[in-house]
Amino acid sequence: MVIKNPKINVSALSLYYDSKQALKNISIDIPSNRVTAFIGPSGCGKSTFLRTLNRMNDLIDGVRITGDVIIDGVNIYEKNLDVVNLRKRVGMVFQKSNLFPKSIYENIVFGSRINGIRDKKKLDEIVERTCNQAAIWEEVKDRLNENALSLSGGQQQRLCIARALAIEPDIILMDEPASALDPISTAKIEELIFDLKKNYTIVIVTHNMQQAARVSDFTAFFYIGELIEYDKTSKIFTKPSIKKTEDYITGRFG
Amino acid sequence: MKSTENQIIDSLENTEAERSENKPADQKYTSPYAKRISKRTRIKEKIIKYFFALHGFTAVVFILLIFIFLFKEAWGAFNHIGLVDFLYQESSQTGNKIYEWYPTSENARYSLIPLILGTLITAIPATLISTIFGIAAGIYLSEIAEGKMREFLKPAIELFAGIPTVVLGFFMLVVGATFFQDLLNPANRLNAFLAALGLSLVIIPIIASLTEDALHSIPNEMRMAAYGLGATKWQTIRRVILPAAISGVSAGIILGFGRAIGETMIVLMASGNAANLFVELFRSVRTMTATIAAEMGEVSHHSDHYYALFFIGVVLFTITFILNLFAEIIINKMRKKIKF
Amino acid sequence: MEENPKIYSLNSRAPSGTLLKKSKFDLGGFLALSVVRILFFFLLFLLFFVLAKIIYGGLGVLSLDFLISAPTNNMTEGGIGPAIFGTLAVTIIMIVIAVPVGVFSAIYLNEYAKPGVVTRIIRASVNNLAGVPSIVFGLFGLGFFVLFVGKGIDELLQTGLYLGQPALLWASATLAVLVLPIVIVSTLEALNSVPESHRNASYGLGATQWQTIKNVVLPQAKPGILTGMILAISRGAGETAPILFLGCAFFLPNLPVTYIDLGLFYIPMVNPADQFMYLAYHIFILSTQSANPTLTQPIQYGTTFVLIALTLLLNLTAIIFRYRFRKTLGKI
Repeated sequence: MVIKNPKINVSALSLYYDSKQALKNISIDIPSNRVTAFIGPSGCGKSTFLRTLNRMNDLIDGVRITGDVIIDGVNIYEKNLDVVNLRKRVGMVFQKSNLFPKSIYENIVFGSRINGIRDKKKLDEIVERTCNQAAIWEEVKDRLNENALSLSGGQQQRLCIARALAIEPDIILMDEPASALDPISTAKIEELIFDLKKNYTIVIVTHNMQQAARVSDFTAFFYIGELIEYDKTSKIFTKPSIKKTEDYITGRFG
Repeated sequence: MKSTENQIIDSLENTEAERSENKPADQKYTSPYAKRISKRTRIKEKIIKYFFALHGFTAVVFILLIFIFLFKEAWGAFNHIGLVDFLYQESSQTGNKIYEWYPTSENARYSLIPLILGTLITAIPATLISTIFGIAAGIYLSEIAEGKMREFLKPAIELFAGIPTVVLGFFMLVVGATFFQDLLNPANRLNAFLAALGLSLVIIPIIASLTEDALHSIPNEMRMAAYGLGATKWQTIRRVILPAAISGVSAGIILGFGRAIGETMIVLMASGNAANLFVELFRSVRTMTATIAAEMGEVSHHSDHYYALFFIGVVLFTITFILNLFAEIIINKMRKKIKF
Repeated sequence: MEENPKIYSLNSRAPSGTLLKKSKFDLGGFLALSVVRILFFFLLFLLFFVLAKIIYGGLGVLSLDFLISAPTNNMTEGGIGPAIFGTLAVTIIMIVIAVPVGVFSAIYLNEYAKPGVVTRIIRASVNNLAGVPSIVFGLFGLGFFVLFVGKGIDELLQTGLYLGQPALLWASATLAVLVLPIVIVSTLEALNSVPESHRNASYGLGATQWQTIKNVVLPQAKPGILTGMILAISRGAGETAPILFLGCAFFLPNLPVTYIDLGLFYIPMVNPADQFMYLAYHIFILSTQSANPTLTQPIQYGTTFVLIALTLLLNLTAIIFRYRFRKTLGKI
């Protein structure tokens, strides 16, 4: 499978924690406006790899990266690239909701405020738009000034998504977004992802294979820091080409 | 990429062709990702970082300044008085060594020995008493007191620590002196014992607090292991938890001792302030700290006496500095052990 | 014929007498724990006894007049107003100096500095500063602030003997150095309590480091910083030794206040170069050097009462504050 005009093109990416190599020579093309899932057993590096796409690994001491990550024709690891700006274009949703202990409204407009947007009407519009996109508007529209942490787990996670959408990225990275949620909330999040891909490129890390099968268009299987197989989801889950992939999918190891 | 299917997927088909619509044909497309950090922002963030870094070193700077300026004013002591004189003075008549602190006499004597002995005879008993009470309090708070009681009692001990030392000195002077005079009939009304008691009131919270922290940080799994082997509560405390926390407890004792040595107001008010050589628990004594406090106001600038007092300050600072360093090393070792 | 297999019955009269033997009463342990309990509660009793005695002795003297008016008649009558004023003036200036420096210092240590030798040195210095004897601070204040900085300023501005002598400003500055570790440690605790995930969320949204600190970390750390401030004030108000020769006076005819001439009217302002009266110092002198201790004793108790009420109230506020702050964190 070859992907032309990928949104993200990664070539020969390796990552080292001090002297230990965590990611080995990964090359992958991620298409735009589709959902790509990273699966693999615990510790295989899928979350670490996800974080290289918005340079969140820079925040960890002792991390060294070789190889290229090219988004929209720009190598995001080149010298002097504005990383702060990069993170505004590549949004991230974390495994556990990390809403700020502020009101629902203030959480969503956090990104806008630090970008200098102060006009209340504009902020209001941002809040309504992103909450609608995150399918949570009806539930919060009357409680915008309440503490965001008073929401349920599933609602909080959807709010995190709304907060990420507010800065208008084109790519959204999700690190196991539903792993801490109950089945009903999980279903809502998956529905949300399906809607979002119309306008955003989504990369989702999940340890739940069934979720990957349900939600994604393309799936990449990682194992001990290497990319083993990458193909259309339908193919990976029905006729994987590599034995290791098949073993993982069928549960021979986990 | 390892795949056998030769399918070509064009990613651009997925995106709406917005981008190509909005740009005039002759304009080169600059990706929003290509933005470089502006020099201005880089400089701004660096300035902010240096601003904080400057403040970060204030504590270090002040420790150095204390060293420097104490030594600076005490320097005269080496020139004008001489190191030996701080230990003893040889009597020109009898040839005996005289250990006296009597800077205001015609034949000024600057022996620190009576003062050091005075400090020790107040600090050591105080530390002994405080160790017993402090460790007991720490054990109680960490192992015996339950939930709500603990929430209430731990602040009570902290409150103890918040009492100004001058108030404790006052209490000892006005209440304690009379009480113990009737009870024990000491040689002097204000004496080392009284001062030691007052010091204990200050040091007990220190030892209690550090002991409680050390005991509490021992993971519960260890207690469970001991109980699971049939140990009683006291056996667990005595044989498992206390030994495991020994570094924290020792650090507390060392810090407490350092505090006892450096404390001023309580000894100034309760110890009687007589610089004797033959120190006794129930006689008046003079500590190093009280000497500085009592005499500094009277000395003339840059006189020998002035230098001598600063010299005492240098000695005090050095002793407590070493004790603190020692305690710090022990606490760091303890932290390393707990990290698993 | 098989031997009868040993049957282990779950019966307390099992012959080997092992499984359910009633454990013998641990006398040693019981005594030890009782001793611990007794010692602890004796300690508490002592605390309350000290407080009670002071309250009992001082209550009689207390009145609004006592708190406001100056001492008269050789300290045997009158009030402690100037001492309260002096204490407030000194501690407020002290806080103005110590809090920004301490908070920024903690921010550097926790948010910017990379763990290593440098941070170890800074932490060691903070802990060491906390252990310096209070009288040594007094000597430092004299040798550095008065004789070096003060004298230097006087020479620079050609004002003669103005700041190069014991003064309110230097007392505040010395106390500020003394309480600096308290502010730093409290702020560190507060900053540390902000979960790393919140910082990550902020960075993930494209915020810079300073934006993250300003908008996410500091707002959450405010209660802890406030606690540190209150504890610092309490400590500063209670210290005597450092300021013994930095401008403390037993009796002054006037308050340390100057008036700035603005033409039409005067604005009163605390005079940093003046001497001052101080509650803690007042207690010390009254109880050790007053001419007639019996007559002044009620005032001694009264002054002590005021000082202890002040410090205890502040400490209690800080403790309650910290308790509730920790509770809200636990809920998140």
